[in-house]
Amino acid sequence: MEKFTRLTATACPLNFTNLNTDQIIPVRFLKRTRAEGYGQMLLHDLRFDADGREKDFPINKPAWRNAQIVVGARNFGCGSSREGAVYALYDYGVRVVVAPSFGDIFSGNAVQNGLVTAIVTDEEAAEIMASLERTPDLPVTVDLEQQTIVCGNRTYNFSIDPVRRMRLLNGWDEIAVTQSFADRIAAFKAQDRALRPWAVPRAQE
Amino acid sequence: MSLPQTLIDKLWAAHEIVRRDDGDTLLWVDRHYVHEGSFHAFGKLSERGAAVAEPGLTFAVADHYVPTRGSRTDIAAPEFARMVRQVVENTNKHGIKLFGLDDPRQGIVHVVGPEQGLTLPGLLVVCGDSHTSTHGALGAYAFGIGASEVAHVLMTQTIWQKRPKQMRVSVEGRVAPGITAKDIVLSIIAQIGADGATGCAVEFAGSAIRALSIEGRLTLCNMSIEAGARCGMVAPDQTTFAYLKGRPYAPRDTEFDKSVEIWTKLVTDRDAEYEREVSLDGARIVPVVTWGTSPEDTLPIDASVPDPSREPDEARAKYLRDALDYMGIAPGRKLTDIAVDRVFIGSCTNARIEDLRAAAAVLAGRTSKVPGLVSPGSSLVKRQAEQEGLDRIFRDAGLEWGESGCSMCAGMNGEVVAPGERCASTTNRNFRGRQGRGARTHLMSPAMVAAAAVTGHLADVRALLDGRKV
Repeated sequence: MEKFTRLTATACPLNFTNLNTDQIIPVRFLKRTRAEGYGQMLLHDLRFDADGREKDFPINKPAWRNAQIVVGARNFGCGSSREGAVYALYDYGVRVVVAPSFGDIFSGNAVQNGLVTAIVTDEEAAEIMASLERTPDLPVTVDLEQQTIVCGNRTYNFSIDPVRRMRLLNGWDEIAVTQSFADRIAAFKAQDRALRPWAVPRAQE
Repeated sequence: MSLPQTLIDKLWAAHEIVRRDDGDTLLWVDRHYVHEGSFHAFGKLSERGAAVAEPGLTFAVADHYVPTRGSRTDIAAPEFARMVRQVVENTNKHGIKLFGLDDPRQGIVHVVGPEQGLTLPGLLVVCGDSHTSTHGALGAYAFGIGASEVAHVLMTQTIWQKRPKQMRVSVEGRVAPGITAKDIVLSIIAQIGADGATGCAVEFAGSAIRALSIEGRLTLCNMSIEAGARCGMVAPDQTTFAYLKGRPYAPRDTEFDKSVEIWTKLVTDRDAEYEREVSLDGARIVPVVTWGTSPEDTLPIDASVPDPSREPDEARAKYLRDALDYMGIAPGRKLTDIAVDRVFIGSCTNARIEDLRAAAAVLAGRTSKVPGLVSPGSSLVKRQAEQEGLDRIFRDAGLEWGESGCSMCAGMNGEVVAPGERCASTTNRNFRGRQGRGARTHLMSPAMVAAAAVTGHLADVRALLDGRKV
């Protein structure tokens, strides 16, 4: 996983409450392998009409086409657990999503893939989106160490789970971390089998 | 004396392997369910040349991409056939038990797990599917995870979690006839919002919850994710134990009795405190439907959809306009004036035997004015429904009697609602395009879907009961 410390880029507002993962990547694209790439499928049915023509949608606008930051409304990424939603954002080039709240599974998937989920208040998200509407190419800087977002002459503090922040800053491989606890896991299992024998599925005839 | 604990505290403590100073905790996983969509995770294992740590605690189903109409032995569309083949190959390779298309126990993962007695009180259950919260109905700590986490669980049988906030949702009182778990959970979501429980583990409590069957509790916990909850659960009780007794993978005989003694203790202690408490009066819950594009857009069936021009908050007005525009509904329209084009009865939310019985009770001797599909939650549910003659009631009403799978809930198997069509559905998400590109979904209980079928529009099932029991 790539580390993240600081990024300055254009930012695209996506002012949709409850922007669920079905919108971020429609289900019919989930059969693809990651190697085939998910970026072109990002927000597909909001970006393109049934004939594949671009619709009037923020990320289709020239100023926001190469955005690496998106700013959204509350409950961003709610719904399905599909990690494809994070793949789509990441493969498109997005490295940070700023919103007042996130679906739990989505933000868990994000950290697994090096995507930052930065939490601000409803008012702050609305204010940043309004600034971007006024000045679409306004560069935005997200600093994960400082937990700040600089947008024009305003600086906002954002929150992020400290564990997730450390993982993103260090680019840790979670499986390697877990495997370093192999002895503890084995000890737990041995003790647990004695304590909760009923927790093992009954053998079938 | 030890501190009073909540049910959530007890379940959490039983699975804690490592707790780091930063609060991140490594938890033991008792059951891991996988399906065709888990191919990304198996791919990650292959990349690392890794093995599955506990194949005996891992169970697979074919549900997301399987056809629920037409041949299942010779799947017509190659891309879906490939998805089903992959789960067969991956589970064979790693020695994982698969309930595949050739198995009479095949069905939707969240129906099969409880039905087989694989999900038990006190277990920690994960699956790469957000509706894993369903399994909390039996008193398990159950939550959905993403593909990277699925790979992590396959390789280590553990998962890192931060202790969630705790919330108790209490529904007291007796619900009126015709009111189901679906009405209860949609009413809860309407009250707290689609992110009302984000970051929380939720315990459902109160006399109206205790009175629910396991099928009802499964519906309730299934949709806790639609309020943003990490997981939802109901403390195990006699209803739970009676449901589990004799299930194939559950403990048997004296082992079962010993287990019940332990499971009985899985309740919230009298003085234990929750960080958040929400309560609803069960007697005031009425049949509800969704009108918009989020499960929080829920209203009583006798209401009218919102009028954005009367909404003072500009952001809210925009939200209402967008939702009504997508749904093709005029502002202020009465819900019962909204005609439907088709119905769907199925999904992990509402396709268990009780759900089918409730819908059949309304449809018996009547005709559906619109086409529709009934897809049982599992192949065993299908068989039981046929033994009870429910399939005939659906067929006689003009509905299609299909096979088991996720089917038209998300349309992953290609069975979708056409663009612009309006579907009364027993499923869990009314998101834009959820049931197919441009599809318009109204969520409701199976009995309410049956009422919509019979009348051709959104309708109050209570007017159609005339002594029928749903």
